[in-house]
Amino acid sequence: MQKERIVGKPVFRKEGVAKVCGAARYIDDFSMPEMIFGATVRSAVPRGRIVNIEFGPGIPWDEFTVVTAKDIPGKNYIALINQDWPCLADGFVNHPQEPILLLAHPDRHLLPLAVAALRIEYEELPSVHSIEESESQQTIVWGEDNIFKSYVMEKGDVDEAFAQPDIVIVEGEYSTGAQEHLYIENNGAIAAYSESDGVTLWGSLQCPFYAHKSLLGVTGLPEDKVRVIQVETGGAFGGKEDYPSMIAAHAVLLAMKSGRPVKIIYDRMEDMAATTKRHPSRARHRTAVTKNGKLLAADIDFCLDGGAYSTLSSTVLSRGTIHSGGPYYWPNIRVRSKAFATNTPPHGAFRGFGAPQSLFATERHMDRVAKAVGLTPEEFRRRNLLRTGETTCTGQAICQQINLEGWMERALDHAGYYEKKARYDRENTDSLRRKGIGLAVFLHGAGFTGSGERYLNSLVGMDATTEGRVRVLVSSTEFGQGTNTILCQVAAETLGIDYEAVEMAPADTSVVPNSGPTVASRTTMVVGGLVHSAALGLKQTLIASGLLSEPYTTAAFQNAAKSYIAKHGALCSMSRYEAPPNVYWDDQKYSGEAYAAYSWAAYVAEVTVELTTYSVTVDDFVALQEVGRVLNPVLARGQIEGGVAQGIGYALYEKVVWDRGLMVNNQMTNYIMPTSQDLPPIRVFFEEIPFEYGAYGAKGIGELPMDGPAPAILNAIAHATGEDFNAIPLVPEDIAERLATRAPIAKEMAAA
Amino acid sequence: MSTRKFSFRVNGVERFLELPPMARLLDVLRHELGLTGTKEGCGEGECGSCSVLMNGELVNSCLVPIAQAAGASILTIEGVGEQTRLHPVQKAFLECGGAQCGICTPGMILATVHLLNKHPRPTQEEIHEGLNGNLCRCTGYMRIFEAVEKAACAIESGAME
Repeated sequence: MQKERIVGKPVFRKEGVAKVCGAARYIDDFSMPEMIFGATVRSAVPRGRIVNIEFGPGIPWDEFTVVTAKDIPGKNYIALINQDWPCLADGFVNHPQEPILLLAHPDRHLLPLAVAALRIEYEELPSVHSIEESESQQTIVWGEDNIFKSYVMEKGDVDEAFAQPDIVIVEGEYSTGAQEHLYIENNGAIAAYSESDGVTLWGSLQCPFYAHKSLLGVTGLPEDKVRVIQVETGGAFGGKEDYPSMIAAHAVLLAMKSGRPVKIIYDRMEDMAATTKRHPSRARHRTAVTKNGKLLAADIDFCLDGGAYSTLSSTVLSRGTIHSGGPYYWPNIRVRSKAFATNTPPHGAFRGFGAPQSLFATERHMDRVAKAVGLTPEEFRRRNLLRTGETTCTGQAICQQINLEGWMERALDHAGYYEKKARYDRENTDSLRRKGIGLAVFLHGAGFTGSGERYLNSLVGMDATTEGRVRVLVSSTEFGQGTNTILCQVAAETLGIDYEAVEMAPADTSVVPNSGPTVASRTTMVVGGLVHSAALGLKQTLIASGLLSEPYTTAAFQNAAKSYIAKHGALCSMSRYEAPPNVYWDDQKYSGEAYAAYSWAAYVAEVTVELTTYSVTVDDFVALQEVGRVLNPVLARGQIEGGVAQGIGYALYEKVVWDRGLMVNNQMTNYIMPTSQDLPPIRVFFEEIPFEYGAYGAKGIGELPMDGPAPAILNAIAHATGEDFNAIPLVPEDIAERLATRAPIAKEMAAA
Repeated sequence: MSTRKFSFRVNGVERFLELPPMARLLDVLRHELGLTGTKEGCGEGECGSCSVLMNGELVNSCLVPIAQAAGASILTIEGVGEQTRLHPVQKAFLECGGAQCGICTPGMILATVHLLNKHPRPTQEEIHEGLNGNLCRCTGYMRIFEAVEKAACAIESGAME
């Protein structure tokens, strides 16, 4: 095989120079002639009827553009899976911070005063604020039963397995809290409208065609009169998958009514209080295991708090359900899962998408099962990790040559696990600084679940400009992960030309085809694969035309492209998704090939628990993963390190404090994410087994590192303290509450 | 709102403006001078995206009223280097993958310039401490730490361009 020139190399980020020079332009850096500013008036109560809206004194209301639900020319919902998420509340609110009314004015400083001067009276109704309250159905806040979606996934005969004699049964309940994305760039959009051109929307967003779809519904305009353009986006992590469609619709409604371009930029407090977060979860595990530590059966109940509207909860629940089994071979497993409605702003997409929640429970639980049968965490996993040819909990046979046991061993070696574990066991007893080391082994499915990729039916294009520059045409967006760079690497490699000779067409719905949303760790693997075939098509067109023959230089390629365009008018190649062969998925039974590929990982965390302050520091972190071929080692490391840092925050720092559905610590001063002083060295190792159907052997990478840190860290804390903590975020107050009352440590404290 | 006349130097250029004294330096840079490389992340001095150097000191420009910047010398990202002539810190961020989404990058680069002015060969602890006022949600900081070390070596060996 020919050695690759560009793929696998740390070429520089396409838009990197602009970013390091501060020249990259984000949404708030744009301005337009005549542009005015928009603001959102939001619900102050969790649930109720709106009985009166009064425009209070002291504000020149006649200068304002005001939009209510009555001004919506099309349909009053943001289009996602269902049609239950209002663009503007129409007489009824279901969560705090629900948008009710929009204002626009040329003076941005007047807007906060105007928002404060609006007086909205409500007739409050009972509301629910936890999975348990929603589950009890004492108050119904959505549909007939508060349930957005439920699944039952079953393999083997679980009840029979639990009825066997001589087995050990281990039960446990685990929970995870909400997590704020905290992209450093807040949400924002600019909309412009004219009767001849329709609406144009510029935004900080992940999925231009999601916003496009919502705008079609809200405006009632035809497809060619709605244009969405993604501008440089300052972080997203899933948080700019769904909510930007809401902001887009608001900006567009104000632009249509005022006849002027309208900019809406959220400040940090509004962004944190009003937009989506990671779904809180509760998982109950019941596990049957033989006395020598072989897993027999799992009976798992997995629930998500979805917030007030269904948004993406059904798909988050789906991924969480499928990942509940972890990377283990289960002869029998049953997962019953539900997403519940509560009167909280809708929870949404966040890196990992349900998997960090269910894998936290599974990997924490596995340590407890190991203990119950008298095995170490690593020995117990060794006996149960999936092997090539075995089936996952959806019955999908693992065809890839995997070596989970070997990879786990390698991660343990890098961490110095055995030596440290023995040493901490010895030294911990008479120390006020308890040290521990913990492990998590896990998997993450790349691409959409089940038949998802087939429904998406993604289309990718590639063309050349009259100057002979090649452009990649995709709706896949760059928001830090490296889309631009990776896709240009794939294109340049395939075309046999320089990386510098390829560029990305703007992520503009009037220019690029719909290559699907930029989510689900699908861009490199799925879209990259399509870029590869589009590039092959482009190259073959030029060769078949007689204008190009191999071998050729980049300049010769560009000349051939120019000649082709001069002769034929355009040079373009398209490629549409085709499912890999023998992929079968049953949406009813939840069985079959859940994902085209899985990425695998073994993470090891080392912690210190201070028994005087109850604080936890992570001292070292080893992240070893198999993600197929690594297409750009610097970008890939960056993905893993960033994901691990978010996972450490998820485990130990990031606590959303709720008051009846309202986030009350919606500031960076009191919602704490890791700083440069809070993180251990994050040591990243890759195993590379090229995946046959991904671009140059790549699989998904972006979400994987979010799944493992929390269970590895809490397993390490269990090792350090001898206590099982089964809920995250785990903050010092939680540790204090448990340990301060524990007699032996209290005695040591007194002695100290 | 009453205004006053102010003068200060931005990236080596003398500027004269008439502004309300409590106008935020951040807004003056972005709206009055069109220097949009300085970003707003939180508006309360927590994230460091709006970091600039004022008389050589690292400040959050969202917390600096323009009255306080009168007579001062300000360095923003636009004054650090150019796209065709990167500063060693910018070059190191590009090479090491220190910028992902890029929104914290201008502030992070100014914090690094400040750090390397103070400690030309910083220790790990000095790097961690020197950047602790600048939040990055993408990188987990590891690529940034590497960039800081690389930039320190480059500056020391005199590779200014």
